[in-house]
Amino acid sequence: MLTKEQIAQRIAKEVKNGYYVNLGIGIPTLVANFVRDDIEVDFQSENGILGMGPFPFEGEENPDLINAGKQTITALPGASFFDSATSFSMIRGQHVDLTILGAMEVAQNGDIANWKIPGKMVKGMGGAMDLVASAENIIVAMMHTNRAGASKMLKQCSLPLTGVNCVKKIVTNLAVLEIRDGKFHLLERAPGVSVEEIQNATEGDLVTPTNVPEMVLA
Amino acid sequence: MINKKVTNVTEACKGVSDGMTFMLGGFGLSGIPENAIAELVRLNVKGVTCISNNAGVDDFGLGLLLQKKQIKKMISSYVGENAEFERQMLSGELDVELIPQGTLAQRARAAQSGIPAFYTPAGYGTEVAEGKESREFNGKMHILEHAFKADFAFVKAWKGDEAGNLIFKGTARNFNPNMAGAATITVAEVEELLPAGSLDPNEIHIPGIFVQRIFQGEQYEKRIEQRTVRQRS
Repeated sequence: MLTKEQIAQRIAKEVKNGYYVNLGIGIPTLVANFVRDDIEVDFQSENGILGMGPFPFEGEENPDLINAGKQTITALPGASFFDSATSFSMIRGQHVDLTILGAMEVAQNGDIANWKIPGKMVKGMGGAMDLVASAENIIVAMMHTNRAGASKMLKQCSLPLTGVNCVKKIVTNLAVLEIRDGKFHLLERAPGVSVEEIQNATEGDLVTPTNVPEMVLA
Repeated sequence: MINKKVTNVTEACKGVSDGMTFMLGGFGLSGIPENAIAELVRLNVKGVTCISNNAGVDDFGLGLLLQKKQIKKMISSYVGENAEFERQMLSGELDVELIPQGTLAQRARAAQSGIPAFYTPAGYGTEVAEGKESREFNGKMHILEHAFKADFAFVKAWKGDEAGNLIFKGTARNFNPNMAGAATITVAEVEELLPAGSLDPNEIHIPGIFVQRIFQGEQYEKRIEQRTVRQRS
């Protein structure tokens, strides 16, 4: 079973040379730490920076320089700042190549829910609805099951949706999966995790080939 | 040169009254109009609608207006970590319209630009689309969103001049340029207000035509919401 860092590490392998990438809050933020040095990539944060760098050194935090998670960050050489409308022109206009975000639920038709639990928790959608509605290439990073042990990979989402028919790939603590023809397809399993365990943790329809390779992280 | 300078925040907020709709720039606590918010708290205007990406935190930013129950309705994209906001929303004391962040930015931009409405794919097939017109373009579904209408826009910039020209800094820019000129009256507050001619016209982000009143804020706390650092190796 993968840790959150290892999920991020596996997703980092999907980041290709020359990509502009938007990272969501949580596990997706960690992906930046694992992208190979020889891969040229620019991280976009929807509050208005392209070319986002690592956290600042202590004493160099700047209240005018934060990411979408409101964390203090730095700007790399070649970075730019812009207003929110321009930021979402990059997103809606499909200039951003890859979007990585978290989810509470994903359905086998590619629907995603990640902004609200009616009556209990309302965080808001932030930029997630714009991102999932427009991005061609979306990877969801999440745990396969919730804290109560229930599957987050469903036939149909039970929570209010963030977007419809948009998720193509999911990396969880148990597996890498693809959504195709209205079903989850198992691509890789986490080291030491059996196909049966993944099957048991997946409520939606899961297609499993005869041989499911183990993930290679590094 | 048309002079937009007013002497202080009190003069800048003249005409603000109960029941009005305000737009406020800022993302989290970055780039929020701190001085205007303090004045709205002091004036104790009630029953207002606020259009702002977030609602600050419990004891800063728009959270200050929420604490005093001055806000009737919030239009935002993210409630986030503001516990009082979440409490007032779940208890029904506060009317909240949550909308996608890009839609929020574009509805402000549309108001600024004289575009009454536009189609966006964001929110199609979700609660956000309920009651809205939808239409297919290039094989993809979109929903119709309308420009905001507001009485005052409160924006914050880094530098400005007496002509109302604005320059922003870092990610404190965010919604501020989109909201300038998107309301009947736009009030800009700046950290440094300079005489006309002091700013290079090539470097101006928002021309003064979008601003009715400009003043230099007395002080800026610029609170950091999530202080994250890395170790020196």
